[in-house]
Parts: sequence; C-alpha cells; structure tokens
Amino acid sequence: MMAGYASILFGMILVNNFVLVKFLGICPFMGVSKNLDSAAGMGAAVTLVMLVAVAVTWPLQQLLAQLGLEYLQTIAFILVIATLVQLLEMVLKRFIPSLHASLGVYLPLITTNCAVLGVTILVIDEGYTYPQALVAALGAGLGFLLAMVIFNGVRSRVEEANPPEVFRGMPITLISAAITAMSFMGFTGVVDHLFGA
Amino acid sequence: MATTNTPAGDTAKSILRRGLLDENPALRQMLGLCPMLAVSTAVVNGIGMGLATTFVLVCSEVVVSLLRKCIPSSVRIPAYITIVASFVTLVMMLTKAYVPALDDALGIYLPLIVVNCIVLGRSELYASKHRPAQAALDGLGMGLGFTLVLTLMSAIRELLGAGTLLGFAVLPPFIEPMIVMVMPAGGFAVLGFLIAASVWLEKRLGKDDEPSSSRPSQSLCAACPLDCGINDPTHEDCENEDVATRLEAALDAAGKTLEERDR
Repeated sequence: MMAGYASILFGMILVNNFVLVKFLGICPFMGVSKNLDSAAGMGAAVTLVMLVAVAVTWPLQQLLAQLGLEYLQTIAFILVIATLVQLLEMVLKRFIPSLHASLGVYLPLITTNCAVLGVTILVIDEGYTYPQALVAALGAGLGFLLAMVIFNGVRSRVEEANPPEVFRGMPITLISAAITAMSFMGFTGVVDHLFGA
Repeated sequence: MATTNTPAGDTAKSILRRGLLDENPALRQMLGLCPMLAVSTAVVNGIGMGLATTFVLVCSEVVVSLLRKCIPSSVRIPAYITIVASFVTLVMMLTKAYVPALDDALGIYLPLIVVNCIVLGRSELYASKHRPAQAALDGLGMGLGFTLVLTLMSAIRELLGAGTLLGFAVLPPFIEPMIVMVMPAGGFAVLGFLIAASVWLEKRLGKDDEPSSSRPSQSLCAACPLDCGINDPTHEDCENEDVATRLEAALDAAGKTLEERDR
C-alpha cells in the first residue's frame, strides 16, 4: 500500500516530471528560473495550489459524473482553479501573513499555469482514488519545484557563457533545458524497479 | 497596397501577415510553448493540435469581439476564460466523435488549450478592441502561424526521431533514427534551434532594426496579459490595461513601418 503511494509520488517527481518530461508550466519555468529565491517561491506556490486544486476538483468530478455532466469538466475546473487561487491568497493574507509575504506574489501568476489545470485533469484520466490523487498532486508540485531549482543552477552558468549571437537568450536556454531533460531520462524505470508498481 | 483610411495594421493583408510572420505567436512572441513542445512528436499530431487551436482562436476572438461592449472590464478575464473553455469543450467533443485516434494522441493537451496564452492573449489584446471581422482574421492569422511552426517542428522531430513523415518511412533503412528527437529532450533542442534559425534569418534579411516588439529573448510570454508566470514577480502590480496599451502602441508602430515599406 505504502509502496503504491511512494511509486506515484516519486514517479511524478522524477519519471513524469511535469516540466521536463510532460512540458507543463514551461512559461514560469523559463521566466522565473533566473533567480533562486523566486524559483523556489514559485515552485512552493505551485505545489500548494496543485494540492488545494486537486483536493477540490476530484470530488467535483465525482459530482459531475453523477449528474452526467462530465463534458463540463474543462470549464468547471478552470473556473474553480481561478476562484481557488483568489481565495487562497485572501486566506493566506488574513491568517498566515508570513507565508503570504513569501508566496503571495506568485499566486496571481498561477491561475493560467497549465501545470495546475494539467494535474487536475491528469489524476482523473489516470483513475486515481482520492488519496492517490492528492499524493500525485504533491509529487507533481515537488517535481516542478525540483526542476525549477535545478534549472536555476544550470541557467546561472549559461548566463555567464558567451554563445554565438543568434543563440543568445531564449535559444540557448531551451538547449540547456534539453540537456537537463536528458538527465531526467535516466530515471525511466528506476522508480518502478524500486517500488515494484 | 491600397491606400485606404483604415488605421495602420488593420487591412486584411497586414492582419494575416502579422500572425503568420511578423508576430508569429510561436517563434516571435514565445506563446503557447507547452503544447508546441509536447505534441510535436508526429506531423499528424502537430497539424491536429494546430487546427484545433486555430478553431478555438477564431471562434473565441469573434465572440469576445461581439461581446466587447457588454463585458464589464472588471470581470473580463473570467468571462474570456469561460468563452474559450466552451469552444475548447466543443473541439474536444468533435475530436472524440470524429477523430478518436487524434484524441488519444493529444490526450491531456487538448483541454489545455484553455490555458494557452495565445488564445487569452489575443482575446485581451486584439479582439476586445476590434470589430468581429478583424478579430476573425487576426485569429486566423495567429492560428495558422502557430500551426505552421508546429507542423514544421513536428516534421523535423518525426523525420529525425522516427525516420518517417506522416507515418511513411522516408529515410533509407541504413540511417538509424535518433530516438532522442521524439523524447522530451529533443523537443527543447529542436525548438531552441528553430528560434535561433529564425533570428539568423531575420538578421540575414536585414530586418533587425525594425521596431520589433517581439525580440525573442525579452518578450517570452510578456505579451500575455494573463500572468501565467512569466512576468517579473516584482512587477505583478502593474495594470493589465497598461501592458495592453503599451503593446498596442508598439503594434501600431510596427504596422506603420510595414505600410511605409510596402509603399
């Protein structure tokens, strides 16, 4: 039982890494990874929003299914996520100001982050149970955080390098992302082997 | 070129040209990179995704443009999201019914058109300020520009990674395909080279001193009014309106230069 959860968790962090393998959340990955503090802050905020979003959308999907309204999934999920992000910001501001001070600025940026909508739809498509879905959301968020922090390190070296002029900026960043993604390919099979999924 | 009194950048030709070339959403504005990287493993998927996005883009822009006087500006983003999500749902149902194989191949990325910066970005920046016919053309231009790059990129990846094009083997059997090209790492690399190639081409054609509002290195998603995370977090207070007006101004300037050169 525990092995099943561990397999989902590490599978989401390493094998199916949201950024480097599934290409979800590329915009913040490219945009906010220049500075370590904002990379980590963004990663933590995304993890939090993913957990809360899945905690709400999973039961919502069961409700939609009972009413035979599955086709409303996309509309319902995106509106729920947009509302949740707003609510979460208000709640944090009121009750945990210290956390709001560190994560608050990233919250409005997350509403249209495809990684969040992606994880809510993914856990439904995979047919996970409620606890499994929450573990998967945690894994997806931590995977995002890990990719952000690792890529920040790679990027700080790239910034100091002197590539040919046409490669400056975006192209060289994408190519270094390719090399980072290649290192994650090494994890394929490792998690299944360890936890025997 | 017809010398009409319409404001610069508003003729049908220039609207289409803007989407396909000058402000190509994928290569110049760096919008919609997630689906671009994810589904470009085979040409069929690339074309399917491109056309699905184009359909959503045209329909949403027309509806947003028709409703531009009715939607209060304080709730416009949720309103746009609802409009876009409705058309995405429509596309999902049509795909599932008529091309189930494509539905399987695109999977989770089909519903994710909702959060594609191109669709929301054009709705906010263009459709909300122009007449329906212009908005439809803008959607068509941007959509086809996206489809074009997506098709090109998936052709490169399919050819190098699987040795096929549209599923037909085109490489002689003694050339071993580079599997890495259809793996995630290949996606990042091919897009990086494509953007570098477009910068190089632009330099060769001597267009680099144009007031381009879309230098790849800086603009990355900055055109997107919906902060999907790209904007500098320290600037998150800056008003969407402000960004939109500045972009419009830059857009107009670029249009004017074009008109002048065409004349």
